[in-house]
Amino acid sequence: MSEYAYFPGCSLRATGMAYEKSLLEVFRILGLKLNEIEDWNCCGATSYMSIDEDAAFVLSARNLALAAKQGASEVVAPCSACYLVLRKTEDYATRYPTIRKRVDEALQIAELPPIDWMKVRHPVEVLFNDVGVGMVKAKTVRKWQGGKLACYYGCQMLRPYYETDRPQDPIRMDELMHAAGATTIQWALKTKCCGGSLTGTIREVGVRLNEILIAEAVRKGAEAIVTCCPLCQFNLDAYQREMNGGRGYDIPILYFTQVLGWALGADRDKLGFQHSIAGGKVLKQWFPAREEVMANA
Amino acid sequence: MHDQNGSVRIGVYICHCGSNIGSVVDCKAVSEYIATLPGVVVSRDYKYMCSEPGQEMLEKDIAEHNLNRIVVASCSPHLHEHTFRAATAKGGLNQYFMAMVNIREHDSWVHTDKRAATRKAQDLVRAAVARVAKQKPLDKARVDIDPKVLIVGGGIAGIHAALTLANAGKKVYLVERAPTIGGHMAKFDKTFPTLDCAACILTPKMSAVRAHPNITLWTMAEVTSLSGYVGNYDVQVTRHTRYIDEDLCAGCLECIAACVYKQAKVDDEFNEGLGKRKPIYLPFPQAIPQVPVIDRETCIEFKSGKCKKTCLEACGERHAINFKLEDKVENVRVGTVIVATGFQTVDAKRLPYYGYGVYPNVFTSLEVERLVNASGPTAGEVYLRDGKTHPKSVGIIHCVGSRDEKTNKWCSRVCCMYSLKLAHLLKEHTGAEIFNFYIDMRTPGKGFEEFYQRLLNEGVHCIRGRVAEVTDWALNPSEEGKLVLRVEDTLLGVVRRIPVDMVVLSVGLEPHKDAQEVRRLFNITCSTEGFFLERHPKLAPVNTFTDGIFLAGCCQGPKDIPDTVAQAGAAAAEAMALIDAGYVEQEPNTAYVIEEDCSGCKTCVPLCPYSAIAFREDKRKAEVNPVLCKGCGTCVAACPSGSLQQHLFEDDEIFAEIEGVLVHA
Repeated sequence: MSEYAYFPGCSLRATGMAYEKSLLEVFRILGLKLNEIEDWNCCGATSYMSIDEDAAFVLSARNLALAAKQGASEVVAPCSACYLVLRKTEDYATRYPTIRKRVDEALQIAELPPIDWMKVRHPVEVLFNDVGVGMVKAKTVRKWQGGKLACYYGCQMLRPYYETDRPQDPIRMDELMHAAGATTIQWALKTKCCGGSLTGTIREVGVRLNEILIAEAVRKGAEAIVTCCPLCQFNLDAYQREMNGGRGYDIPILYFTQVLGWALGADRDKLGFQHSIAGGKVLKQWFPAREEVMANA
Repeated sequence: MHDQNGSVRIGVYICHCGSNIGSVVDCKAVSEYIATLPGVVVSRDYKYMCSEPGQEMLEKDIAEHNLNRIVVASCSPHLHEHTFRAATAKGGLNQYFMAMVNIREHDSWVHTDKRAATRKAQDLVRAAVARVAKQKPLDKARVDIDPKVLIVGGGIAGIHAALTLANAGKKVYLVERAPTIGGHMAKFDKTFPTLDCAACILTPKMSAVRAHPNITLWTMAEVTSLSGYVGNYDVQVTRHTRYIDEDLCAGCLECIAACVYKQAKVDDEFNEGLGKRKPIYLPFPQAIPQVPVIDRETCIEFKSGKCKKTCLEACGERHAINFKLEDKVENVRVGTVIVATGFQTVDAKRLPYYGYGVYPNVFTSLEVERLVNASGPTAGEVYLRDGKTHPKSVGIIHCVGSRDEKTNKWCSRVCCMYSLKLAHLLKEHTGAEIFNFYIDMRTPGKGFEEFYQRLLNEGVHCIRGRVAEVTDWALNPSEEGKLVLRVEDTLLGVVRRIPVDMVVLSVGLEPHKDAQEVRRLFNITCSTEGFFLERHPKLAPVNTFTDGIFLAGCCQGPKDIPDTVAQAGAAAAEAMALIDAGYVEQEPNTAYVIEEDCSGCKTCVPLCPYSAIAFREDKRKAEVNPVLCKGCGTCVAACPSGSLQQHLFEDDEIFAEIEGVLVHA
């Protein structure tokens, strides 16, 4: 059984609760063990990294050091922002002795061992490589009853590190969705900007960027968008009422683990659908409560 | 300080090189100091030693003072070693009794402290005085040149070089990997900037190759080994079979018509997969040789052995078709080799943001060459991938896989011009609105800039900016069903979205994927990007570091047809210079083995970069082939028993030099 250190990050305990719930279910069903890093702290993402790089590296390194202390050699970070900053810390500390020195000094004060080579991984890539599309497909127990999906990858999982997928035209989440029995559309905006934190700072720009994504997905025939990052999911989900010239959209924005979890037979209540903002009606049709499944069967 | 000539009598000459040396080094002080050294009979300083009077002074001194060793302290030996060796020889001495000291590049040009620079010059010259006393007379060896030439690659470069040599009466073997000669040029429609038809100017030369009595043409053939040295290369060529005997075939092509495949079904390589061919086919109507070829992969007879073999019936009494024919190996001896293996275009799929292979109506420039060609798969009709719609608007993206950190960093030199040419042809054929997207418009050739102006007058749009992506993402109804090019127009300073029906990717030129294997086969070098490296970028552009092996065409770097032809002519002239001289003289500074000391450990054998060292199993000793040895000294340094020595760099010569530089007399 594969075992990984698990770094949830702040999002998965707040706006991204559905991600954590469904992720844990999928990993449990597929026999992958996640050991949460004890006493983890902020990953050091965007605001820290842009204002005080040293602080970001040190914060991030503390999580890696804690994981190493737990005896892990690989850490799974489901949030793409966490994934990127942890991965960057590992990379920069290896490549630049000055950064390594500052990080090690800080860790010494905290009585932590110097960080050793720690592999930082995103769950899309873990499922694709360590389990494999074929195995996921073999373990599905529910037939997909939903509509066409648009897989949306965002940026931080793919650039500048591209171990998770092809950076320009990623495909692995699509393949995982196919394994779950769903059809996906091929569209040009898989990695275009979701607005990041602009929805909170320059709202009209942030919302416009999200509207571009939703409008194109709908134009191409998708009925829901599948994501793998809590910020992408939130941005796409929360502002739909303001779009489409005031008419709004009502498109479910799912985590890929929710679709996988459903296909793998997880209990509906454990996949976090109640946290969704948009697309409630569709969600009820696609993921009916257990009784209804029994009734249809 | 004695040798076979009796006592050593040295003449030393310190050159001012105008003010190049004289302004930093006190040449007079150096020569006065050197005059005090033992063995020095004459010591002078002079304004320009390389001038006629300088050389004559040296020659006169040899006679008058009975000198038997010469030291010249001046510029780099690269420039004037041969000058002073010749003067030494003219004075009646063996030319290897001369030692040269570089007090310009190594001293005056790199120092500002005059006193220290003068002292350094004294040290360096003193070292040469000590060394030259130990130098021994050497003779240059001669190697005869076999007059036959091997040319590898039958594109326009190989064709032109072959015809030039053959017309001068030299025997040429022209080896081409494809079933026909002609290379990339045969696929082009028109050539820039004159718009003359590529086939019209190429095919007569192809026929001339076939007809020329001095040219042996082997198509579907590859050089599989090469050994030997300048003037005497032994070459093995493997001729893959086409299952049709070239000597028996009349080129009637009845067999193709008779093939059991009534419709052509296989992707046609010559038309970039846009057309279809049969398993038995001729690449294109003017192919040379005019002999069809059978493709094993798709021919039913090879796949199942159960074909009706209607092609055999059609061939009838000639019996040219034979499914049992096998590859043939030819062994030939040549004196010189011209490598003209060409290039490949960048695989457009390496740039996924341009959508090649994703959006059907994204084409490569080579595909469009075939589309606009009257003998192409659509007879010159420019259709979109559906095979029936003419494009109403076309975007041509320059620098696809050129000037790009992510793919290839170099400029491919021809794409700006061929993109303009395709813009003209597409407009002429379809009347479509054409957009060229360029980074810089590079038109540095005869008539090129004028052609660009002509295109602007024809109403072709040129937008300055590297295209970010080709996408089918429609922002509004006018973009529905179109390909949208997103680009920053750097002249307007805005980001634009240009919807078009067809996108052409002007793919760059890069080394063949097997260039490294070819490089090893011919013992030549590659520059960092993988093109074959010329000996000198300015003064020896067709030579390689291996004597007798020359380069022509795009295997050395991207170039257009005129430059390729010029270079092919130059390579032919270089080969002819060797052939007509009849022999080459070899520098004698080669390594040699002192046999009684050699333990036969073979350390040196794999170290030699020129494969010049053989191991004699009978004697259990290493043996250096002086013709192949370039005098690099690697083996001499590596030999654990000291049994490898090198002429002109003998231990006693080097130790004397070291002692000379260290011991201030």
